[in-house]
Amino acid sequence: MTKRTILAALVAFGLGVGGVQASEGGHVTDFAFSFEGPFGTYDQHQLQRGLQVFTEVCSACHGIHQVSLRNLGDVGGPALSKDQVKAYAAQLEVDDGNGDTRPAKPSDKFPANTSVGAPDLSLMAKARAGFHGPMGLGINQIVKGMGGAEYIASFVTGFTGKSKELAGSTLYENHVFPAGWTRMAPPLEDGQVEFADGSPNDAKSMAQDVAAFLMWTAEPKMTIRKKTGLLVVSFLVLLSALLYLSNKQLWSGPKRKG
Amino acid sequence: MAGIPHDHYEPKTGFEKWLHERLPIISLAYDTLMIPTPKNLNWMWIWGVVLAFALVLQIATGIVLAMHYTPNVALAFDSVEGIMRDVNAGWALRYTHANGASLFFFAVYLHIFRGLYYGSYKSPREVTWIIGMLIYFAMMATAFMGYVLPWGNMSFWGATVITGLFGAIPGIGETLQTWLLGGPSVDNATLNRFFSLHYLLPFVLAALVAVHIWAFHTTGNNNPSGVEVRRGSKEEAERDTLPFWPYFVVKDLFALSVVLTIFFAIVYFMPNYLGEPVNYAKANPLSTPAHIVPEWYFLPFYAILRAFTSDVWIVQFAHFITGGIVDAKFFGVIAMFGSLIAVVLVPWLDTSRVRSGKYRPSFKWWFWLLVLDFLVLMWCGSQPPSSLIAGISLIGAAYWFGYFLVILPLLGLLEKPLPVPETIEADFDSHYPPKDASASAAE
Repeated sequence: MTKRTILAALVAFGLGVGGVQASEGGHVTDFAFSFEGPFGTYDQHQLQRGLQVFTEVCSACHGIHQVSLRNLGDVGGPALSKDQVKAYAAQLEVDDGNGDTRPAKPSDKFPANTSVGAPDLSLMAKARAGFHGPMGLGINQIVKGMGGAEYIASFVTGFTGKSKELAGSTLYENHVFPAGWTRMAPPLEDGQVEFADGSPNDAKSMAQDVAAFLMWTAEPKMTIRKKTGLLVVSFLVLLSALLYLSNKQLWSGPKRKG
Repeated sequence: MAGIPHDHYEPKTGFEKWLHERLPIISLAYDTLMIPTPKNLNWMWIWGVVLAFALVLQIATGIVLAMHYTPNVALAFDSVEGIMRDVNAGWALRYTHANGASLFFFAVYLHIFRGLYYGSYKSPREVTWIIGMLIYFAMMATAFMGYVLPWGNMSFWGATVITGLFGAIPGIGETLQTWLLGGPSVDNATLNRFFSLHYLLPFVLAALVAVHIWAFHTTGNNNPSGVEVRRGSKEEAERDTLPFWPYFVVKDLFALSVVLTIFFAIVYFMPNYLGEPVNYAKANPLSTPAHIVPEWYFLPFYAILRAFTSDVWIVQFAHFITGGIVDAKFFGVIAMFGSLIAVVLVPWLDTSRVRSGKYRPSFKWWFWLLVLDFLVLMWCGSQPPSSLIAGISLIGAAYWFGYFLVILPLLGLLEKPLPVPETIEADFDSHYPPKDASASAAE
């Protein structure tokens, strides 16, 4: 069973891939993100730009249905004001439960989007790893992070411009995509989205903005997680020091060090 | 409790006497906590307490997670995301629980290898050892079923592959697999029963842990010298031991605190490092992950499973003499389970008179080679299958069996062990010489 499944998987994959190593995610660029490292936080402005890119570009085909609209107001996240969240929600249509739609409210989640069979992006930044090596040991992930956001930013800017027809659908060449060819068309062009504050809107900047936004949709509690972690680890270091001294004192008798 | 002579609990107040005549529970707690413990235990004797903590941590976080989890194929994945997003501190509970499994296995492997090095499995501790291995098997079953619950794509395919192992058994395999899954494939029935068993098994585990502790409290702890505590009199025993409270409690708590510092640094700063990204995509029977891998703690045995491909002579031989009943797939399954059974049987495979590996000059080398073998197999298990990986895995698997079935039995007969200390006291004093003795030696 095992070997057959693995073999079947590999064969199936091999057919689609044309010999690209299965577990390696192509050439992922190590972009610098504000949320990296134990003290890194989300850049509120970048998340807002990313939300705009997602709304104007990605959401045509993709949903982020795990994300609640109210969370757009989260401090540490995009931190939109209450009114902004309301206004943003109102432009979305959600199922009203009676076979019809109604404008969304902050208490709703983002609508799912399965119109063209594109994957939901809520968790995509955690469902991909940008870095694996060396030797498949994953040590790079300790240094650089898991690389999900890097993968996304690399992927959306990784198109070579070549395309081919296969079984009635168009495939676009992308060196970051493990299979080498993807059904997704190149999504971003320079200047495609206008930011109100005049932030750079070349494809590479927008790719990083939307990747940061998708990291937030995947891990909205990151800021509180790291803050708590700092407290927990500091406490444990202190506790360890006290227990070390207690232990030393306690054993000084039996060890004749008193 | 039988065993090393020591002071027992004496009820003093009226209430204590009243209770003691009816239920000697304080006595049980006192004798357990005050158990005479060899005073020369080193830092490898801390993992038991880490393991006990890990079990409690997993049960405590797991009970709260179960309050918010829905074992239904349509809802399971989203309910886990609900825990991550909408349950108060749900993310902390889930990340602690998921990484807690890794802490548990990390500690259990160090605990087991400590036992293998210091001969903790040898008479009279065979029962402790076997119960320990049962605990380990229960842990594996629990962890495997727990990994299925988030209903990610690796959950689904991991469950498909591992339950497929039972399907490889000739004749009854397919029926057995269907019975385990509750249907022809991994589906809602599977998820439901895995949830039920994932909740049940930790309590079986806790009971086994109690018996494990009972067993080694009867025989007394092993120790780095492998020499038994003297039991002729209480005074003699006291020269070899110290009471568990406070000496070992404080020592173990210090070690636990250091281990937890690292553990919680992982939980809070890199919670997904040990996980598989594919599991953040919902289970999809139509989309096989490019590379199906179990969690890291199963990898060495997964490598042994995959090592025996149909071009290995021993597989072909087995295929031939059984008239085709044993194929490569079934051989791999036998090898994987056999590699674990070999560890269970080690008390009877090791023929050495000397217990501790410290005094066995050639054993040491073979032991450390086994540790290396374990790590190499672990790496092999994580790699996509190839002829090179299969080859290394085969060598690794061969050494694993060779160590337990050939080297340990022979080494006990061939090896000339070093002199063993007379007593635990002598071993301890050689590290921490008595003041007057060192003074007289200087004269």
